[in-house]
Amino acid sequence: MRQEIVKAAPAYTEFHPRWYRAPVSVYWWLGQWRYLKFILRELSSLFVASFVVITLLQVRALRNGPEAYSRFQHWLQSPWMIALNLVSFLFVVFHTITWFNLAPRAMPIWVRGKRLPEFLVAAPNYAIWLVASVVIAWFVLR
Amino acid sequence: MADKIILEVARYSPEQDTKPCFATYEVPVHKEWVVLDALNYIKDKVDGSLTYRWSCRMGICGSCGMMVNGEPKLTCATFLSSYAHNGNKIRVEPLRYFPVVRDLVTELSDFLVKLKKVKPWLIRKDTVPLSQGEFLQTPEQLDYYKQFSMCINCTLCYSACPVVGLDPKFVGPAAIALAQRYNLDSRDQGAVERIAVLAHPEGIWGCTFVGECTKVCPKHVDPAGAIQQYKLNAVLDWLTSFLMPRGHNSQDVKP
Amino acid sequence: MDVSSHDVLLVGGGGAGLRAAIAAAEVNPQLSIAVVSKVYPMRSHTVSAEGGAAGVIKEDDSLDEHAYDSISGGDWLCDQDAVETFVKEAPQELLQLERWGCPWSREPNGHIAVRAFGGMKKRRTWFAADKTGFHMLHTLFQTSLRFDPITRYDEWFVTKLLVDEGRVQGVVAIELMSGRIQAITAKAVILCTGGCGRIFPFTTNANIKNGDGMALAYRAGAPLKDMEFVQYHPTGLPFTGILITEAARSEGGYMLNKDGYRYLQDYNLGKPQPKPVLRSMELGPRDRLSQAFVSEDQKGRTIQTPYGSIVHLDLRHLGEKVINTKLPFVRELCMKYQNIDPVKELIPVRPVVHYMMGGVSTDIDGATPLAGLYAAGEVACVSINGANRLGSNSLPECLVFGARAGKAAALFAAQQKVPNGSVLAQATDERKRLESQFLFKTGGRERISTIREGMQTTVEKCAGIYRDGASLAEGADTLRQLQERFADINLDDHNRTFNTELEAALELGFMLDVAESIVQCALHRTESRGAHQRTDFPARDDKRFLAHSIVHRNPDGSSRVELLPVKITRWAPGERVYGELSQTNEPPQAVLTRKAG
Repeated sequence: MRQEIVKAAPAYTEFHPRWYRAPVSVYWWLGQWRYLKFILRELSSLFVASFVVITLLQVRALRNGPEAYSRFQHWLQSPWMIALNLVSFLFVVFHTITWFNLAPRAMPIWVRGKRLPEFLVAAPNYAIWLVASVVIAWFVLR
Repeated sequence: MADKIILEVARYSPEQDTKPCFATYEVPVHKEWVVLDALNYIKDKVDGSLTYRWSCRMGICGSCGMMVNGEPKLTCATFLSSYAHNGNKIRVEPLRYFPVVRDLVTELSDFLVKLKKVKPWLIRKDTVPLSQGEFLQTPEQLDYYKQFSMCINCTLCYSACPVVGLDPKFVGPAAIALAQRYNLDSRDQGAVERIAVLAHPEGIWGCTFVGECTKVCPKHVDPAGAIQQYKLNAVLDWLTSFLMPRGHNSQDVKP
Repeated sequence: MDVSSHDVLLVGGGGAGLRAAIAAAEVNPQLSIAVVSKVYPMRSHTVSAEGGAAGVIKEDDSLDEHAYDSISGGDWLCDQDAVETFVKEAPQELLQLERWGCPWSREPNGHIAVRAFGGMKKRRTWFAADKTGFHMLHTLFQTSLRFDPITRYDEWFVTKLLVDEGRVQGVVAIELMSGRIQAITAKAVILCTGGCGRIFPFTTNANIKNGDGMALAYRAGAPLKDMEFVQYHPTGLPFTGILITEAARSEGGYMLNKDGYRYLQDYNLGKPQPKPVLRSMELGPRDRLSQAFVSEDQKGRTIQTPYGSIVHLDLRHLGEKVINTKLPFVRELCMKYQNIDPVKELIPVRPVVHYMMGGVSTDIDGATPLAGLYAAGEVACVSINGANRLGSNSLPECLVFGARAGKAAALFAAQQKVPNGSVLAQATDERKRLESQFLFKTGGRERISTIREGMQTTVEKCAGIYRDGASLAEGADTLRQLQERFADINLDDHNRTFNTELEAALELGFMLDVAESIVQCALHRTESRGAHQRTDFPARDDKRFLAHSIVHRNPDGSSRVELLPVKITRWAPGERVYGELSQTNEPPQAVLTRKAG
């Protein structure tokens, strides 16, 4: 049984199909995790930008002398900044992982007429990421 | 497994309705029944005015794509039994982002216009008489584009792609994948002719790599991959055009 | 009434239709060509063909051998001039498709790969993995997009041929999207609407295969040919009709009855062996397997299901590994579309209708006896398939005779005058008929599905694998009653927009007419040949029936069957040899002495 029948307006005229176009909701991405995930990946660019801004501020503080730099350091230690950095870090990790998982699709590698399995393309990305992180950690923490 | 299930089916008749509404039907569940069989049951036994497309019932003609509980599916390959636990309800709607003609039937001619735009046919600059036999193509060269030749034009990927929803002019996953199918074919010489449509804000650059087109594809075509590969080559092409202004085309990437 | 006009009009956009459209466009780019199809062309049933397309290409093969295989396989009912033309042009057509981009499977050196196929004694079957028809159709469709003279009428349903002054001058069609009923006139019309498997309850054929073109031609006065020859495949899934390839049996699958017994050993098909043996048991000829099923069913040893009697195909003993490596597509089809895993479960199978050898009678240019009307593909009967089609001949048939019909129709159209106005009066009458008898009619008492099921059961019962005079006569009566009940049909749907119920009603009307022609031809042919097996006339009778059945429709709606001698060019019917072999009912394997010239 029809639950709802509304009389047509504007009227249907014979032989002229009147298509129904469903409006796309502004919140189309909220309903399903896979689309939310995509939006979060897009959103991660804002947090990458925040890292860039912080780095620029750091350069400015350096230029303005030791006093300015210690003020900058103090600012960085505020709970808000730690929270922001933590969130940014999580977003960047999220972006990296989702991107590495997509990478094999964007760059298929063919060896002797056979396409390499996806994990063989993704794995080196992860390996390089790990090595780079270790090297940077060594520089920073030594 | 329940022996009955409730189908909530979107109904829309332009002659009577201004917008779709849902009608509910109770249908029997058999192990081998798919959503399409339930629709056929309704049409044959309950309401002959239920309108949808179908033909082969073996996942190759591409007619019976619909939204099943919010996901684009070929209804001939979607068993009722896999939903029987789900509160015993299945919601069937026309494929998302397409204008609805009636009930579960969507408007398809826009897709065909887009398909034609990308020139999905073999383009040759030379004419070789048939008497000279076939163009040679090794199994490896065939494998290189084969995945993209498996598209059945079911348009599930368009319904999975939010860009299609937000920008109706976007050429879309299937059409781009088919263009790439010919670009990658060792016998084709038409990649240059396809650049204008593909390397365009409504072509590949419209794609934001959501990746869902690939996930819903019933034939494992991977349109998302096709588009990203094309993007990468378009960038390389642009870069090399500075270094070698003449005579280079990265889209000609055949083995 | 709206009218549009073209030079050449195709009804149907499958393999044959698209090939014909391209051929016509290439012959004369000035012509305006229309492809009118009730589905988008890439949905056409050509898409479902899996196996391949035969065309002689290898050095160890010859055109004569392909011709002989086809003619002997067709139980000598093929027109040999047509077969000779067919085998000669098939490789050219397949090569042409390669030029258009068809992804044919290849040998390591890059040449076309061919494989063996049932009934073909040499390897000559071109294939595109296990999706040959799909790739052929999409190649043709995508190629057709670049021909500007081709106008497509996608999702338009043709209801009638317009005939005036003894010449076909167009069609009446419904645009499904809007419900508009209009005339499309043309100087030549080519029917490429495929077969009619949906007349039967169990078929591999898609829902769209309703014998539309056969009925259109038949009603317009063009005769049908050899309609009694309906090909069964022994192992289809009941309900879905999905085909389980012979490979499942050649890898060692067992056919079991309800007691789990390998019943084929009771039918003179050898003794069960642990390993599959060629031409014995499960690897016996297709028709023998189908006939054994009927006998088991009569003995009550089949399994009853909601979809009729079945037997089981057992692959479980092969193990997951063999099934996955040798029969991946079989497993995929079973799991994806029937919810059965052959690794763990028995596969329910039964003989299913697969192909219609008969069809609209045409010459080798696709021309029917009715001027301006052509036909090609499964809808037509040229005839190259005779009493039994060989696997992998039907796809090249679409191409060869599609192209020939396209060219012939283009040449014919160039010489014709513009269709005259009187056909428009016919078109208006047709619109009134559709509206008063179907669309706006109220008070009917019959449901489409009831009559359709009645027709399917009747045809299966009287014109199934085995026929006899009494049941055929009874079937003919039942069909007449169904025709009467059909006049009392009721539609739930009175909308114009995309009225698929109206379409289904008209298709049912077509099927009833075609069903009647099948039964009449089967009644008339009092012999057994190829796919036509009469229990009351079990032997082949070349004296009387080395001839095609030609069935005409009388003005009162009844039918009249005549005989037309088979054209023999170089291969005399191998009576003696075949006579011995007919005990096993398989196509002759021994090479016969050929009559030269």
